[in-house]
Amino acid sequence: MDSEGLLLSLELASGSGQGLSPDRRASLLTSLMLVKRDYRYDRVLFWGRILGLVSDYYIAQGLNEDQLAPRNTLYSLNCTEWSLLPPATEEMMTQISVVKGRFMGDPSHEYEHTELQKVNEGEKAFEEEVVVQVKEEIRLVSIIDQIDKAVAVIPRGALFKTPFGPTHVNRTFEGLSLSEAKKLSSYFHFREPIELKNKTLLEKADLDPSLDFMDSLEYDIPKGSWSIQMERGNALVVLRSLLWPGLTFYHAPRTRNYGYIYVGTGEKNIDLPFML
Amino acid sequence: EDSTSLKQEKENQELGKAGPPWEEKTATSSQYPEPEFSEPSEAEQGLETGRQPRSSPPQSPQSSVSPSLGDAKGPGPSTSPSPLQEPSPPRTPLALATQDLGSPLQSARTASVTPETGTLHSDLLEQPFDKRESILHHAGPSEANTSQRSQQPTFQPCGSRDVSCSNSKQKELRFDVFQEEDSNGNYDLDQPASGASEAAPSELETAIQNAKAYLQKTSSKSGLNLYDHLSNMLTKILNERPENAVDIIENISQDVKMVHFRKKLDTLQDEKEMLPTYEIAEKQKALFLQGHLEGVDQELEDEIAENSLPNIMESAFYFEQAGAGLGTDETYRIFLALKQLTDTHPIQKCRFWGKILGLEMNYIVAEVEFRDGEDEEEVEEEDVTEDRNNGESEEDEDEEDDLPKSFYKAPQAIPKEESRAGANKYVYFVCNEPGRPWVKLPSVLPAQIIIARKIKKFFTGRLDAPIISYPPFPGNESNYLRAQIARISAGTHISPLGFYQFGEEEGEEEEEVEGGRDSFEENPEFEGIPVIDLVESLSNWVHHVQHILPQGRCNWFNPMQKNEEEEEEEDEDKEEEKGEEPEDIEQEVGPPLLTPISEDLEIQNMPPWTTRLSSTLVPQYAIAVLRSNRWPGAYAFSNGKKFENLYIGWGHKYSPNNYTPPVPPPVYQEYPSGPEITEMDDPSVEEEQAFRAAQESVALEAEENEETEEDEEEDDDD
Repeated sequence: MDSEGLLLSLELASGSGQGLSPDRRASLLTSLMLVKRDYRYDRVLFWGRILGLVSDYYIAQGLNEDQLAPRNTLYSLNCTEWSLLPPATEEMMTQISVVKGRFMGDPSHEYEHTELQKVNEGEKAFEEEVVVQVKEEIRLVSIIDQIDKAVAVIPRGALFKTPFGPTHVNRTFEGLSLSEAKKLSSYFHFREPIELKNKTLLEKADLDPSLDFMDSLEYDIPKGSWSIQMERGNALVVLRSLLWPGLTFYHAPRTRNYGYIYVGTGEKNIDLPFML
Repeated sequence: EDSTSLKQEKENQELGKAGPPWEEKTATSSQYPEPEFSEPSEAEQGLETGRQPRSSPPQSPQSSVSPSLGDAKGPGPSTSPSPLQEPSPPRTPLALATQDLGSPLQSARTASVTPETGTLHSDLLEQPFDKRESILHHAGPSEANTSQRSQQPTFQPCGSRDVSCSNSKQKELRFDVFQEEDSNGNYDLDQPASGASEAAPSELETAIQNAKAYLQKTSSKSGLNLYDHLSNMLTKILNERPENAVDIIENISQDVKMVHFRKKLDTLQDEKEMLPTYEIAEKQKALFLQGHLEGVDQELEDEIAENSLPNIMESAFYFEQAGAGLGTDETYRIFLALKQLTDTHPIQKCRFWGKILGLEMNYIVAEVEFRDGEDEEEVEEEDVTEDRNNGESEEDEDEEDDLPKSFYKAPQAIPKEESRAGANKYVYFVCNEPGRPWVKLPSVLPAQIIIARKIKKFFTGRLDAPIISYPPFPGNESNYLRAQIARISAGTHISPLGFYQFGEEEGEEEEEVEGGRDSFEENPEFEGIPVIDLVESLSNWVHHVQHILPQGRCNWFNPMQKNEEEEEEEDEDKEEEKGEEPEDIEQEVGPPLLTPISEDLEIQNMPPWTTRLSSTLVPQYAIAVLRSNRWPGAYAFSNGKKFENLYIGWGHKYSPNNYTPPVPPPVYQEYPSGPEITEMDDPSVEEEQAFRAAQESVALEAEENEETEEDEEEDDDD
């Protein structure tokens, strides 16, 4: 959600029980403004909150002019002091794949993981126990990256591609119509397209190159990984990810109010097929 | 080739409408004096270039032409397609020239055609500017052509260098005057110009197709499409021939549109669609109006005195401090909905339990305790189940068959707990949205709790949805919801130590029942606990809802004991069972009521609760906030004196490991092979002979004894 309209956005997203206490809200409004100034971001998003056992991580993201460019991620434990996180890499992903369970809430906490490694000494092969240590900060980075790539959502038409390449916020976006708001195909993944290149020419024929340049949610795997609901008597559409429970996307049809927030444990729901 | 032919067909159809104007125009072109001609052409040109990149420029004029040509002259339509198929550029002008010469009516056009094709070629060859012009001058004797030419050179240098673009411009120039020739010539030129390779035109074609399809998309608002609109506009312009058409193009567009929106004299009127937004608003309006329904002041006072409605807004305020809970307006609507519930039911105590998220709709759950008048429905339900049991047992008795019956008996069903006891202590009402009717959930059966522990399903939001799972769940979603509510309540409903105490009078009665006391009352002398203590020590919080045993009940039920009771009623069956069942089942014991949560089980080295102070900045007014890690979404707060529990979430238990489906039940072992199963071999001849010999010997002996035992002899012979 945009840091500017934070209060309205929080109110709209509150249907899932994911709120912020008044003091957190107030401090976010103040400190995100300063983040925007200090880091010279074009736009600052309040990304959400990862619940830890000891304390929570509050996450914000800074965007520059190109909306689809890699984003800078910041975290804070008290909503006032923000620290920049390093960009996520493939190596981190493999590192944290062994870590399970909840976040602690302490960025310097180290998860220990023992694994068996084969060590060849001459002709003999030993199996040696190696203790792998993973820092929670690394885990935080890659989890945020995974969530962003998997379930960050934006309505169709909210962004447009300029002829020069970069993607901008569409100022003429007036919200989805009611009939569009009920369809998953009107929502896009807020990331560089992956699936789009695999589409057939026939499917591409109907796409508007300036608007339809991202993957739509329609073809997410597994089918049914989104819950789409009209709340408040059709005045608000809420998308909840079932794959990453905790991610809520809200949009008031016919208005410019849209956004997403993640409040959860930072764990993927791999039991999804059993639960549907 | 298929695509092109298709395209042509399409365009012919489309431009069937546009056809007549062009025709008319060609007719007029010869009649009108030439100088007038340049102006409309300019206007149109401007229009056309705007439309160019999207619509298919080469085809549209061409197809419009063919019908017009058909009218004008015989050989026209037959000759014009031939250059389309033959890409060789030099032939076209010739063919065209001959064709045009053949028709004396169009002599004026032929004159202009040759120069234009010439210019196009000169473009391709990149001939010097002057030369091109000179060619034009040579070829174009008529005034109209010269005027066009004078425009052309000015256009081309300033326009983009793109060949297709310049082509289109030229085409347009010709287009207004002589459509048929221009289209032919242009098509030929397009191929060498843009389509040097084979792949390029196909891409271009699809792009054109897409663009055209886009133009022809019907607007959902007015039912028009841009393609028709543009052609209507051009028709109008060409019909009316206004001065300075380019200046009033907007007005023309408006006029054309207005024609469509002129009121049609239709007696049928569309009924406005009833949006669901209004429907729910209408229902919720009832919530806000309900206060006015009660008139008399005295009644109001009485009601306020014995109000069973909880102060939801107050607890919502505290939960907001905790960073949990719903939005303000939603909470208030729920508040009103609860008021509606308490007004319409004999409710002694009511509480907002929480919200369970679903796939299609959510559930708002209210926890209530009825006054003395318990629901009548439940009694009926029990009767029904009893009837069923009787029916089954009767059937068993009726069967008279010598063949062995199945010895398997379903594991003994553990009866549900009485209402107002154990897991059925409270009654739960749910609704999907405040304002919609409240639905009472059925009371929970132990079997449902046991199965619910083994499955993990999302709620759909429809209470009658089936639960398809392994192991099969006895009931539909309303039962599953009720079972989850019971589990969550038992796990996460906590209160500060000392707020509740065991009732003295009741306690004595309860002690007779095994498993400890199960009722409590508010402690009138509760003085509150400092918030800091509540945060720092988990032992200051206690469970005030009974633990649910693995059996699925809160109070231990001995299946053995029950058997004996039932035996008196049904003798035969039960005796067998008695022998089979193990005599000593160990009683399941859970933590008693009001156990501190510090004794809760850990989840793999994870504390089951996270405690926090709501504000670190102003600790003196902060409240203690507890968050359950076992049931994500369950919160509790206390400000020392007051406390409340709330659950908002998906209704699932947390486990760090993946959900694993339960293992299939063990395969029932076959009957062990023993003397009852195996048989002896058939008797052999030797054995039979030996047997006979033995018998004979016995007979002989018998004969010897005949005299003494006459009576027995008869028997032996038989």
